[in-house]
Amino acid sequence: MATPSSTRLLDQVMAETPGGETLIGCLQCGTCGGSCPSASDMDSTPRRLFAMLMADMDEDVLTSNTPWFCVSCYYCTVRCPQDIPITDLMYTLKQKAIQAGHYHQDAHAPFSESFIGYVEQYGRSFEFGLATRFQLVHHPLATVRKGGLGFQMLRKGRLHMTPQKIKNMPQLSAILSKAKQLAGQEV
Amino acid sequence: MTDRELTYTYYPGCSLKSAAYAYEDSTQVVSKSLGIRLNEIDDWNCCGATEYFSVNQLPAYSLVARNLSLAHSQYGGADVVAPCSACFLNLRKTNDYMRKYKNLNAQVGQALGAGGLSYTPGSVRVRHLLDVVVEDVGFDAVKEKVVKPLEGLKVAPYYGCLIVRPETGYNTEYPTHLDELMTTLGAEVVDFPMKTHCCGGHMTQISEETAYELIRRILKNATDYGAQAIVTLCPMCQLNLDAYQSEVNKMFGTDYHIPVLFFTQLMGIAFGLNEADLGFGAEVVPAGPALATIGHPAEQTRQRPKRRDKNALPMPGSNGADES
Repeated sequence: MATPSSTRLLDQVMAETPGGETLIGCLQCGTCGGSCPSASDMDSTPRRLFAMLMADMDEDVLTSNTPWFCVSCYYCTVRCPQDIPITDLMYTLKQKAIQAGHYHQDAHAPFSESFIGYVEQYGRSFEFGLATRFQLVHHPLATVRKGGLGFQMLRKGRLHMTPQKIKNMPQLSAILSKAKQLAGQEV
Repeated sequence: MTDRELTYTYYPGCSLKSAAYAYEDSTQVVSKSLGIRLNEIDDWNCCGATEYFSVNQLPAYSLVARNLSLAHSQYGGADVVAPCSACFLNLRKTNDYMRKYKNLNAQVGQALGAGGLSYTPGSVRVRHLLDVVVEDVGFDAVKEKVVKPLEGLKVAPYYGCLIVRPETGYNTEYPTHLDELMTTLGAEVVDFPMKTHCCGGHMTQISEETAYELIRRILKNATDYGAQAIVTLCPMCQLNLDAYQSEVNKMFGTDYHIPVLFFTQLMGIAFGLNEADLGFGAEVVPAGPALATIGHPAEQTRQRPKRRDKNALPMPGSNGADES
């Protein structure tokens, strides 16, 4: 969260993740990758990605698909013998990849950004808008194929066609703007 | 226990107001029946799910901290209860991290200050609804309420990830509190090895191959162990296992048709509450056949009455909200 003074990606990632400095104690034991339910879809296991980060292979780290296949289940985190917050480090690595512009071919970052867009506009998530607009842009064929499912969810009242907006949106916007400013982002 | 009222601050989260309304409905009536009073935080906002944290951490912590601040200013130090595992994790994690990491605390404090709010980490405690039922109400008091035991119903208690990870006091790989609750209701619990495995979370929207394989493993395991229903405590787990079950069947050539219900729905059934008040019929894979095995009439699929929110807005136009 602090503004990193080092130009080393490793140092930046550790500084920008609460508790991230523990990464330096990584034993390369592989428990993280062995526990990960989506490791088979990753081009590097978390263990290997951390080794690459420590070897300053920044480009390889930032273009890896590993953080994007993290399902946020925290299995690695609870099993890590060094108490490294691996899931949180994956979040920081996603942020770094976005900042470096390494996500264009991937639908993961736009999905998160669509979600965030609704939260920043209304204060709450908007599943119908997210599911339809995001899917139509990024997975048009799947959207058509899954239209029946969407219809069923609508019929059962499980999708609202209109977003819900919180009352004090200006307050939330002020908080988020300040947080972005503190994180060194453009507001 | 039932002679005194247990009072909590309630954080429903976005899912309980839409896709998981069955969880919200059943939570409300079961809580009332157990003497649990839930005071909903006025004007709460989204917890950020995994999405906000994934790509923008400081705003995400600040987003969550607004809820903690509102909870404390509106209801003092009463425990905050979240039935959604993702909301529970984000609220608890923000509370813990603000206490643990001074720099984070200072920055989140400054962000809150820009909205005229403040929050001292730890001034409220964050709990999951299941924890409240198990720890504060207790199995004895739950058992007293059971008038229609779920005898003959084989259930697979599915915890998912976020209620037990990271450290929440329960065994992170082999929790048993939901198992014990189901046994208390009279159900037969199957010892289901996948009970804390991940359902894929948001992956259904991003990579079907990844998500459907994770869902398939859980459906297969519960079915192999003879469960007639999966019982869960997380709206995302319910959505993934229920709504995508037919997609999984298409992808893998399987034929799973196992209902996925919230633990509060089964509590309501065992307490003899009106099925119509427990959100039955919202599930995509019908619960009727499973419930019929324990003598319940097949549910009537009902149309959800339109609950138009007074704050609801028309569909957003091309306003740049998601032009990424």
